[in-house]
Amino acid sequence: MSFRHKHILGTEQLSKEDIELILDTAESLREINSREIKKVPTLRGKTIVNLFYEASTRTRTSFEIAGKRLSADTINMTASTSSVTKGETLEDTAKNIQAMKPDIIVMRHSASGAPHYLAERIHCSVINAGDGAHEHPSQALLDLLTIRQHKGRLEGLTVAIVGDITHSRVARSDLYAMTKMGMKVRLCGPGTMMPPGIERLGAEVFTDMDDAVRDADVVMMLRIQLERQGKTLLPTLREYARLYGLNPARLALAKPDAIVMHPGPLNRGVEISSYVADGKQSVILDQVENGVAIRMALLYLVAGGEASES
Amino acid sequence: MSILIKGGRIIDPANGIDDTLDLLIQDGRITQVGKNLDGKGAEVIDAAGLLVTPGLIDMHVHLRDPGQEYKEDIVSGTRAAVAGGFTSVACMPNTNPINDNKAVTRYIIEKAKAEGTANVFPIGSITKGLKGETLSEMGDLKDAGCIALSDDGKPVSDGEIMRRALEYAKPFGLPLISHAEDLSLVGEGVMNYGFVATELGLKGIPWVAEDAATARDVLLAEFTGARLHVAHVSTKGSVEIVRAAKKRGVKVTCEATPHHFTLTEDAVRGYDTNAKMNPPLRGAEDVAALRQGLADGTVDAIATDHAPHHIDEKNVEFNVALNGIVGLETALPLSLALVRDGVLALGDMVAKLTTAPARILGIPRGTLSVGAVADVTLIDPELKWTVEAAKLQSKSKNTPFNGWNVQGAAVRTIVGGKVVYQR
Repeated sequence: MSFRHKHILGTEQLSKEDIELILDTAESLREINSREIKKVPTLRGKTIVNLFYEASTRTRTSFEIAGKRLSADTINMTASTSSVTKGETLEDTAKNIQAMKPDIIVMRHSASGAPHYLAERIHCSVINAGDGAHEHPSQALLDLLTIRQHKGRLEGLTVAIVGDITHSRVARSDLYAMTKMGMKVRLCGPGTMMPPGIERLGAEVFTDMDDAVRDADVVMMLRIQLERQGKTLLPTLREYARLYGLNPARLALAKPDAIVMHPGPLNRGVEISSYVADGKQSVILDQVENGVAIRMALLYLVAGGEASES
Repeated sequence: MSILIKGGRIIDPANGIDDTLDLLIQDGRITQVGKNLDGKGAEVIDAAGLLVTPGLIDMHVHLRDPGQEYKEDIVSGTRAAVAGGFTSVACMPNTNPINDNKAVTRYIIEKAKAEGTANVFPIGSITKGLKGETLSEMGDLKDAGCIALSDDGKPVSDGEIMRRALEYAKPFGLPLISHAEDLSLVGEGVMNYGFVATELGLKGIPWVAEDAATARDVLLAEFTGARLHVAHVSTKGSVEIVRAAKKRGVKVTCEATPHHFTLTEDAVRGYDTNAKMNPPLRGAEDVAALRQGLADGTVDAIATDHAPHHIDEKNVEFNVALNGIVGLETALPLSLALVRDGVLALGDMVAKLTTAPARILGIPRGTLSVGAVADVTLIDPELKWTVEAAKLQSKSKNTPFNGWNVQGAAVRTIVGGKVVYQR
């Protein structure tokens, strides 16, 4: 089957077949990353702009490496160096980049919906590398790839996602993608961090972390961002760690072969203890490794997709 | 100069008239209403098949003049008004400079008189500079021509200031118009708190932010015995609070906007910044409650909250786009839809756009009584047309109704005996 999407704006738009194709493509491209010469000519002559309006080290680096391993020319534009600080509108920035004829724009933005805005106004493909609290599709896809590698399947698995669900684009993208693949998704977090109606998207909501983790196949911890959420949503990080942190005792409630995931960067001792993060059930670095393969797959598929479809 | 409007269905709620009659206008006043009138020498308008109503009154508009004429001014705003069938508008004081003093009030009145096509009734601010700290000189504002007071766009957050404002305004007979919003509960919200916000990853504004503020202001009106009008009621809870207060005899009235009784938060999907306003578009239950409130009289008036913004202020990321939409030119068909939907009888709909706002604001308008100023709107209730933002008379084109197929339009608008708009 062929891939029909011009843009990757979220996992909400992807079908089960799309996701399987992306995972299979990533699986076959992954091998390139362990070659001595880590480069294939697949996207030679293509120009990819990484347009990052929000600080990001790993996602941007991962996309950049993915593009370079496929021989594309990748250019990084970050908010600190683009003219956004001088008040240029997103539309003007988009038009200016458009004029330089890129093939793919990879965009990170703090405003939910910003990549959709861009995709409506630009001719090239747009890949959402995280928009506000909305979606982060490449993260969800690399999560699925990692789970599939460790578990050999996706269907029927139970995943517990714990943290600030309200402000998490990872949680939303995972939820859409995982439910499509037949997985059971449990969401858990403080009462101040659970968005209304999330169960209508197929999640089961838990308030007690022990219940959420019990017999889970996968435990995914979300990063608590102190600077964003610390003000009124939590009394202290100490209490957060006690109620919603993943420590060895709590992990023992999950299935014995459960894996531990985290989109990073870690707040050690807050949402995850170092014993767990560095323990044998942790697949956190596998996620990072798979991130490059998933992004290679997305760039490859989008570059070959039909231009008429969005 | 006289005009004879022949054979139209005259709807004049103030006088309980709903009948096929003729109406004669002479020297800017209505001089006769009756059967088979013979206005010799008068220009005759055949109104067969049309509704003839008092000129519509929009008690909540932003004309942006002085100070933000790139969005709208008194000329373009009143042109949009008459195109929508409105002969009178009451304009909010959040201009630049703010209408918190008689100089600005006079400027608005004089410019409207010289260059405007509709009547403009200024609303002065409750507090100086809309800061919510010290009372405006309400006596001056009244003398200069203000017909109500409001800090619209912002709430008067301090309870003591709102209490004193109600007490101080009371002897002047000026209603206070409450923009009911608890800012601490709004936080950084940009749309209604609920499932759609969850899906879109946008911060939510919960209903309780409006209801808590509405409840406080209604209780302060009860406590002071002063008159309160609640602007742009958008939640089920606020409707219930006003309904209960009216039952207790509190002097409270309220308005609803066409967008709040027509659209739900679903309109935000796709991050459409023309669906971004304050209060935000709410859920289906709220829309149903507003319609129920309109039907049972809890909601007295229909007002547009006409809020023009330049395209540059809307063509941006959703969370930084400015709040508000233009409403003057779409209010009539959206209100007529309430009649077709069985929510309101035609006469009641007309009353909510004429007698009700006139009564709340205490202005001598909104009736077709003999002797009244000849502000008259002729409406073709069947006319089908498509809303085209680019063709609006307003300087701004920020409407979520672009491309909508609607029914009903003003075909002639008469202000002070002069036809100022003809479709």
